[in-house]
Amino acid sequence: MQRIYNWLDERLDLSPIWRDIADHEVPEHVNPAHHFSAFVYCFGGLTFFTIVIQILSGMFLTMYYTPDIVNAYNSVKYLQTEVAFGYIVRGMHHWGASVVIVMMFLHMLRVFFTGAYKKPREMNWVVGVLIFAVVLGLGFTGYLLPWDNKAYFATKVGLEIAETVPIVGPYVKSFLAGGDIVGAATLARFFAIHVFFLPGLLLLLLAIHFILIRRQGISGPL
Amino acid sequence: MAGERQDKASVKYVGDSRIPVRREKRLPKPYSEYPGKTEPFFPNFLLKEWMAAVVFLVGFMALVISHPAPLEPHAADPNDTTYTPMPDWYFLFLYQLLKYIPGSMIVLGTVIIPGIFSLLLLLAPWLDRSPERRPSRRPVATALMLFVVASIVVLTYQAVASHKAQQAEAAAATPPPPPPPAAEGAAFDPEQAFIASCASCHGQDLKGTPAAPSLVGLNLSVDEVVDIITNGRKGSMGVMPPGMFQGTDEQKKQLAEWVLSHQ
Repeated sequence: MQRIYNWLDERLDLSPIWRDIADHEVPEHVNPAHHFSAFVYCFGGLTFFTIVIQILSGMFLTMYYTPDIVNAYNSVKYLQTEVAFGYIVRGMHHWGASVVIVMMFLHMLRVFFTGAYKKPREMNWVVGVLIFAVVLGLGFTGYLLPWDNKAYFATKVGLEIAETVPIVGPYVKSFLAGGDIVGAATLARFFAIHVFFLPGLLLLLLAIHFILIRRQGISGPL
Repeated sequence: MAGERQDKASVKYVGDSRIPVRREKRLPKPYSEYPGKTEPFFPNFLLKEWMAAVVFLVGFMALVISHPAPLEPHAADPNDTTYTPMPDWYFLFLYQLLKYIPGSMIVLGTVIIPGIFSLLLLLAPWLDRSPERRPSRRPVATALMLFVVASIVVLTYQAVASHKAQQAEAAAATPPPPPPPAAEGAAFDPEQAFIASCASCHGQDLKGTPAAPSLVGLNLSVDEVVDIITNGRKGSMGVMPPGMFQGTDEQKKQLAEWVLSHQ
């Protein structure tokens, strides 16, 4: 191991990367083993953990899901009722969506009330708020995909609300719906946005979020 | 963890970077300046984080296994006009906000109010610039955030309450569609229907009475029996009047199947 590490380190200068990822000190005030109340500092990590669950369960869901209006509902129903452990994977993705939002909200409240967004961490706060927006977008687009009445009418109402926004509203609506009605084009677009565009953006923002926190370190105790 | 590089001279970078060399590094403040015990992230602290994650995971999987994700019994029907739409719970507060705003000022609810609060959230570090970090010493920021959280909770609660009221109202307002097939199909018992509608002539044991023939040993299909139940029949012992059993086609079919299964 040591020889492989040395070989790579000589060429790639791994030590600083290793220090940022793993070999840095964690202060006592965020360590729940020392102060139980420090569990509030776990919400960010749990948000990331749930996002990993979402990505993995979502990857497995796409093995069965068919994004067209004829088969979407039936493929979800087949997954839910016939496929071995299908209801567990779908359940993880369904409940995980809510849990991500809860955890992210708690993480945001922790950062806000401990004033951790203050200089020099302003930019990381902005990135975090953008992550929140992206996750809400993932929730909105994912809600349509099972294509039952609940999904359909929630999306229809959501797009009608978007349409009332002055100037850009009608364009946003027809861009998201892919036409005048919520139909086949809408489902295809929501699937693409939910599975490719927003997760890509989310991973990018998460990378920035983590790089910034390693550059700046955790804020000190109150 | 990392070993010191053995020979620094053996790695040379090509000097074509336009980034000027900066000697002093802006590394994070060493935590040894903070009071208390620090510990390495890997593996000590990560192990503790993983333990917290496992506790979380157990609770999460218990939820997943005990509450299957909901799925309605039918695919979306865009022509269904009776469906009461409901966004996912984390959008409910925005949805509820719109209900308090008259239609002519809808922009207030869709753009202005959410926009102001989103901007306040996004720009919080530049609005709350004092170096003070304790919530009790930044009363404006703390009070505003508490107000927003309380508003979200109250609006969400009201949205759920009004959705339930709306659903109850819709259920009361729509006249039960003449024999509701799904609701009564579950409760329909062909044996009870036979006793109520048929047994007085055909007998409790289906063996017939002086008024009507036996139903044992019929050589009829389900559809033929349904036809007789609906339209009556002129038989060997007289006439069976039409409509002796009033029910949906599905219930007639179930009754016919029940009769034919008692041969």
